[in-house]
This record gives sequence, structure tokens and C-alpha cells, in this order.
Amino acid sequence: MSDAPVIEASGLEKRFGGLVAVDGYDLKLDRGDLVGLIGPNGAGKTTAFNLLTGVLKLSSGSIRIAGRDMTGASPHALARAGLARTFQNIRLFDDLSVLENVMCGAHMRHGASTVSTMLQLPSFWRAEDTLRRVGRDIVERIGLAALADRRAGDLSYGDQRRVEIGRALAGGPAALLLDEPAAGLNPAETQDLVGFIRQINEEFGIAVLVVEHDMHLVMGLCDRVQVLNRGKLIAEGTPAAVQGDPAVIEAYLGTGRKEKAHA
Amino acid sequence: MAATQEVKPSNDTAVGTVVPRGGFIAAALTVLAAAAAVFAAQHGFSAYVVTLLALLFINAALAVSLTLTNGLTGLFSLGHPAFMTIGAYVAAILTFSARRKGSMLPDLPEWLAATELSMLPALLIAGLAGGLVALAIGGAVLRLKGHYLAVATLGLIIVVQGLATNWDGITRGGAGLSGLPRHVNVWWAFGFLVFVVALTWRMKFSSLGRAMMAVRENELAAECSGINAARLKILAFVVGAVLAAMAGALLSHLISVVTPKTYSVLLAFNIVVMVVIGGSGSITGALAAAAAITILSESLRPVEESVGLYGLSQVIVALCLILVLYLKPAGLFGSGEPAVVRRLFSGRKEP
Repeated sequence: MSDAPVIEASGLEKRFGGLVAVDGYDLKLDRGDLVGLIGPNGAGKTTAFNLLTGVLKLSSGSIRIAGRDMTGASPHALARAGLARTFQNIRLFDDLSVLENVMCGAHMRHGASTVSTMLQLPSFWRAEDTLRRVGRDIVERIGLAALADRRAGDLSYGDQRRVEIGRALAGGPAALLLDEPAAGLNPAETQDLVGFIRQINEEFGIAVLVVEHDMHLVMGLCDRVQVLNRGKLIAEGTPAAVQGDPAVIEAYLGTGRKEKAHA
Repeated sequence: MAATQEVKPSNDTAVGTVVPRGGFIAAALTVLAAAAAVFAAQHGFSAYVVTLLALLFINAALAVSLTLTNGLTGLFSLGHPAFMTIGAYVAAILTFSARRKGSMLPDLPEWLAATELSMLPALLIAGLAGGLVALAIGGAVLRLKGHYLAVATLGLIIVVQGLATNWDGITRGGAGLSGLPRHVNVWWAFGFLVFVVALTWRMKFSSLGRAMMAVRENELAAECSGINAARLKILAFVVGAVLAAMAGALLSHLISVVTPKTYSVLLAFNIVVMVVIGGSGSITGALAAAAAITILSESLRPVEESVGLYGLSQVIVALCLILVLYLKPAGLFGSGEPAVVRRLFSGRKEP
């Protein structure tokens, strides 16, 4: 492991025509970091996230993964460089089983080559064995061993989230980016999820970036919080510092005068 | 998190591609048994039935090869007949007797006019030609999705047909090439089917096949899992095209003729119907549906003639399709293989 930060993004910018959705977003994520990215609706959180993972093309800015310049790389290249992600609206391979979903996540790391697959060389069988072992291991770890052969699309929402995180972990990432992981979960499931994310972070030393709406989740989970408003970073620091920041309070609640008093 | 809460009721089961090693013995025995049946048929039935059997094998191979492109990778391609035509012409030009070729096809370069190959090398070159064409157009065509891809590949059929019709000096135009050497018998067709099924099976029950299905299920998520979707789509398209071109070459040397219209849009629909009825992605399904539809439409032919209702078999095939889609929208076997088949060919239980 090099000492370079897992992710070092600077000056990320995205313009959609005249609209500047993200304007100068910076992120430095070191090994073992647990960072939250918050902001009111429409602040550009998901756009920033999509820029980091290559889903959207940058208008300007640069991204380095583990010291390597990956600016403008495609999502699969970024994933191979060690950047795994989940989606706000869960995207699983519905027709595949839980185990198969997780194994797909490990394909880029352990999958046999095309020629080896077609000729079923010994290396193919070794690769399949490794994939199955890695897959089983992850399925166990996300607590879904009993549902390993179940069709992923049939699982409950909370379990689907776990599968998605499991699939992301299967590639052995250096950084895990979670886009609103608590969306659609009930309070008990959210609580479980927080413990689970912390465990991933501590056990594997994987850097985690959580984009989240739920302030409580972020404040309770993260060591460092970034606040985005209208595409710009307006604050960054410990949860306590950020919570007391006047700019953050204004972004979330507006200025006092405009607020309507509730009786 | 409780792992077993409110599981939605569903008839569908997961595809299930994780199989342990083995199954070679079962596969070898099945092939042997089938070969014995072919041998028996060859000696017990009329030449017509044996030719029909060969036709059935090639149709089944076509359907299975389309399973790879359309079923596993989810590319709705109708281009199979285009690649069949390419393969058929390439092979026909290579196997045609050198004596007649020079006068019939004046624009042929001299070395090609003097060449007269046997079936196997011609077949391989035909497959290569189909694959190269697919590779050349794949990068552009595969940017399209769903119906747009279907229309583009439909266009490919028309382009190839137009080329075959108008490039007189090489293809002999609309009249086509007739009197091809009858190099292909039922054993060629059988061998080809075994080859196609084995190849497709291997690709499906592998990490590569799972990655293809991941692209089908959710391309963005697949990309973000490190799967190079564009590369896999081209791979599936090219392999499908190679097999289609080989099938076209074999079929033409079975019926000893190829014209620009031999492999038409209608054929594209027939193969797609086989895949849809069988369940896209299911090899067993494609085999069963190809056999059923070939037998059905061939046995209806005498009925059509006696009643004078030509096209009756097409109507009945269409009705079958509607019925299957109504009763089992995912096709007979969905995306997977029936448990019996999987158990039989996947050897010992997973440790």
C-alpha cells in the first residue's frame, strides 16, 4: 500500500449547459477514513458522487486514485483501480442469485480470461473456485448466507442494500462510496446499517464516503463531514464543528426571518 | 438485520450459474446416446427425415447461439441471417468447383477462382468472415439499445442482401449460387450442434457468462463493478456472428444452394421466437423450442399444401408464441436451465 491518499479529487466541476451543478468540489480520502457528504436537496451531492465514480464526465478538475491520475477514466476502470460504489436507488442484477451478484463484483479481480473460459483450462477452474470462495465469504459476512441462492430481486429492501454493499466489497476496493444507503430503510434497519458500515471501515480499513440525507446517521457515523450547498463546499470538519457552522445552519434552515413559526 | 423479512412471492428462481467442476461424463454419455439415435435414424428413416433432422440440428444451433447474444447479454439483435448469408457465400465461393467458378463468377480474383477447399476449412473461414464483419460494425451498432439495436441489425440483413444481389461478379446476383457440393450431412449438423451447445454452456456457466448477465440486468451497475460492458457486448455479438456464419455455411451445403433471400428477415424472427419461447438465456429452452418449432412447421407443410392455406405454419408458430408469452412470460425455462439438467451436467455437489 502506498501512502498516497486513496482518492484525491480537486476542483471537480460539472456544468449542465448554463447550470453549474458542482463547482470546485475537493475530496481527500485516506485509508481508513469515514467521511460524510451532506447537503440540502439539489446541492449536487449525487452529481459529485457520479463525477468521482466516472458515471458523469467531468467539465473540469482532476481525480487521482492511490496516486495514479484517473481523470476522465470510465466507471469500470475506476472500479478496477479500487473504487466501489452503491446506488441511491438500488441497482442489483435482479435475475441472478445473491451469491451470483456478489461473484459478479469479484469478476474483475478473479474472473478467468475469455480464452481460458472457452477452453476450460485449469486456470478457469481455479478462478471459479476462488470466485466461489470469495463470494461465499462475503455472503456470510453480510449476513445473508441463508439466502445465498435466492433471486436477488426477491429480497426485502434492507437485504438488497446488503447485497449491493457485498457486491461492492467483493472487488476488494480501497474506497467504498455509498449513495444514500439509508434511503427507504426503517429506523431499525438504519441502525443495523450504521454498525455494518463501521465494521467494514474498521475491519478492512476501507475508506468510506457516505452521501446522506439523514443528518443523524452521518453525525453518528462519520469522523469528518463535508457540506455541499448549490454545488459548492461550504464547510468541512468534525460533525460537531460542522453542526455549529452558521453557513451550514443557514443552508439547511434558511435565515431566521424567512422561517415560519410553528405554534 | 433480519435476513428473512417479507420475501416477495415469485415464481422465478435465480439463474443459478455457480456449478462445481465435473459433468463431463454425463455430457459425454448424452452426446453418445444422441449420436446413437442419429445413427439409428439414418438407417431406419427416409432421406427426407434425415435431412429434416439435420435442419433441426442447425436450427437448434442457431437458437442456442442467439441465446448468447440476446439471452445472456440482452442484446436484442436480429442480425443472425445477415451473418448466415455472409458465411454461406464465403463458404460457397471456397468450395465451388474451380472449373465452373471462373466463368460463373468473373470478378473473382484469379487465386480465389482457382481455389477449391473442402468443407472444414471453408467452414472455419466462413466463421472468421462473419466474426470480422461483426467486429467491424459492432463498435457502432452496439451503442444502440433495445429496439434501436433490433432495427439496426434488421438493416444489416437488408444491406447484406442488397450486396449479395448486386455484386453480380462475385455472387451471381439474385439467382444465387446453386449446385453447391453437398458436403454436409446429418453428422456435420450434429457435430456443429454439439460444438455450439458446449461452447455456449461453458460461457454461460462461468464468471464471463455471469458478467454478461450482469450487463443485461443493469449495465450501469455492471460498469461500476468493474465489468467492461462494451467489451463484453462486442464479444457476445462476435461469437454469435461466428456461429451464425458457420450455420449459414453448413445449411447452404446441406440444401446445396444459397441466394440473397435464403436467409431473410423471416428467419430472424423464427430464431428469435425459438429463444423467446425457450426463455432468453436458457440453452435447454432454446434446444426444446427449436426442435418443437422445426418439427411443427415441417409437419404442417403437407397440410398447407392439401388445404391450400400457405403460411398456416407461420400463423400457428405465432399463436404458440402468444400462448407462451401469455402463460409464461419469461419463456419455458426463464433464464436458467431446469434443475434436472443442471444437476445432471454439473457433477458432484458443491463442497
